Amino acid sequence: MEMVNRPYARAFEAYAVQHPEVLCLSADLTSSCEVDGFRDRHPDQFLSLGMAEQNMLSFAGGLGLAGFRPFLHSFGVFLYRRPYDQLMASIAYPRRQVRLMGFLPGVTTPGGMTHQAIEDISVMRTIPNMTVLEAGDATEVESIVAAADSVDGPVYCRILRGSVPRLFDTPLEIGRMRVLAEGTDVLVITAGITTEEAIRARGALDRAGVSVRHLHLNTLKPFDAAQIVAHAEAVKHGVITLENHLVVGGIGSMVAEALAEAGLARRLIRLGLQDTYAHGGSRPYLMRYYGMDALSLVRAVEGLTGQQTGINEDALGAVRVEAVHSAVKAEAL
Amino acid sequence: MRNSRATEDVAHGIRCRVFEHSMRNNGGYLSQACSAAEQLAFLYNEALNLGPSTMPLIPPPFGGVPSAGNTDYRTGAGYNGPFDAVHDRLFIAPAHYALVAYACLIEVGRMAPEGLEMFNQDGSSVEMIGAEHSPGMEVHNGTLGIGLSTGAGLAWGRKRRGETGEVCVYMSDGEVQEGQTWEAVQAAAHHGIDNLWALMDVNRQQCDGAMDSVMTVGDIAAKFRNFGAVVAEVDAHDLSALRQAKATPHEGRPLIVLAHSSPTQGMDFLMRRFPRLHYVRFKSDEERAEMNVAIAAELGIAPVDLKGH
Repeated sequence: MEMVNRPYARAFEAYAVQHPEVLCLSADLTSSCEVDGFRDRHPDQFLSLGMAEQNMLSFAGGLGLAGFRPFLHSFGVFLYRRPYDQLMASIAYPRRQVRLMGFLPGVTTPGGMTHQAIEDISVMRTIPNMTVLEAGDATEVESIVAAADSVDGPVYCRILRGSVPRLFDTPLEIGRMRVLAEGTDVLVITAGITTEEAIRARGALDRAGVSVRHLHLNTLKPFDAAQIVAHAEAVKHGVITLENHLVVGGIGSMVAEALAEAGLARRLIRLGLQDTYAHGGSRPYLMRYYGMDALSLVRAVEGLTGQQTGINEDALGAVRVEAVHSAVKAEAL
Repeated sequence: MRNSRATEDVAHGIRCRVFEHSMRNNGGYLSQACSAAEQLAFLYNEALNLGPSTMPLIPPPFGGVPSAGNTDYRTGAGYNGPFDAVHDRLFIAPAHYALVAYACLIEVGRMAPEGLEMFNQDGSSVEMIGAEHSPGMEVHNGTLGIGLSTGAGLAWGRKRRGETGEVCVYMSDGEVQEGQTWEAVQAAAHHGIDNLWALMDVNRQQCDGAMDSVMTVGDIAAKFRNFGAVVAEVDAHDLSALRQAKATPHEGRPLIVLAHSSPTQGMDFLMRRFPRLHYVRFKSDEERAEMNVAIAAELGIAPVDLKGH
């Protein structure tokens, strides 16, 4: 598996220098959001707003009114929890072309409760006029910049930073989910970092004879309910959502709503944070502790099919490298 | 655009209209008219370079909220003139001053008197708390404290584009209790946003009563200066003082004019209600009639005909 170092930094700079209406805003997390190099090389296109997110969001609304398209860089949680009122009144309601680049989604930070955006999808998707995107690999991080900037209205993006695996070889297209496997036993729906976990689990499940249908979502709003329902109809045992987020309000809820509105009876298991805060720790530890990893997915599949697969931690470890490599091939679907 | 009326006359007209409206509708934002009449008259009649209204004299009905499908959506900004490079923009941050602002639009010929009859009527754009689509409103400000930040962002953008039009934010002093106001001033000062100025109605009143009883704010002029603004302090009812204050040099910094006002200016009778002045409602028909006669006399007009209201 190819690991890409700081894909956002390069992608944002390459895009922004071509688009003078794009401004880079930061609230004292400039290097943490990988735009420190951009700040140093393009100071005229960079605005430091300090540790004052309420002002930053309304200020960005004013910049939008002046015809600019500001990209706001901070940890996702800081872009909506404190400045929610400003997000509503200054950005979302008037449909300003503001791009909210939320770093450290869910449990990708050891920073604990204050730093972990675990309800951001839930909050953002209920806001009228908002578009919600999530990057799941290096290619999507690279392509999310231009994709977000193509939206006539505000956009919230969950961004991955640092060393990011490359799973896909085609860019993120808004509204286009990726069909990574077309099995007939269970439907697995993932986004962001949980897609890599599901790819790992799939490798072992394939060998155990479980036929998995796997969807990767990068556009959470607008949500393509019709396609979700069509894929759910194509499997025998039911649907599992696995998300780096609370299961309430996030992808699990979206899928439940889609199935219910279509009148499609399928069992649904929602994996992710179960009505709980997380705490500080490493990403693998947190994903294991809160039941968001490949092994948790395998156990959920067993619950749906009623068959023991015999897959354990060692078996998942054994398929790790091979499975992730196969993801690139899966992209051809 | 310069109106042919004297600003004093516009201010008096605002008080009379808000008084008449409040009498007929059994209550209203009377105190805000008392404190703000000269300030809004000053802004619309002489201080701002606004250009003619681009909107109909009679406000269109509510046309839906902004959405991807609402392609005909328009804000109320057109009442303040065309959105071009040379004209100023005005944000009225305390959106509950809307009644007073609408009265001002009528007095300066930007809205027909019929517009005020639509105030707070279902399906009307002339909303009680000024919305983005209400006449003279350019952005949503109903949540206090966000106006100056938005103005600062717009002003930075206009400066970057080389536009000569300035951005003015009309504020209320209660907003200094919101932390965002201070974030906005420090950002405007840090980035040298000097095409931004604010006129603040310092009436020392807020919803619960006198500010000193709700939350003491101390010396706000000193605080604004410490945060990097240039500050001018004036009597809000002295137009020549307002003119001088507006002319204060403020290169590299935002200007904040603190206009110390009386919440009962021109309607001293309201002092009987002090300190509950935020929204004046009549407790009885007798009180309403008494106030009608007394305040009309103060304003030098006939009492409002209340038959049928």
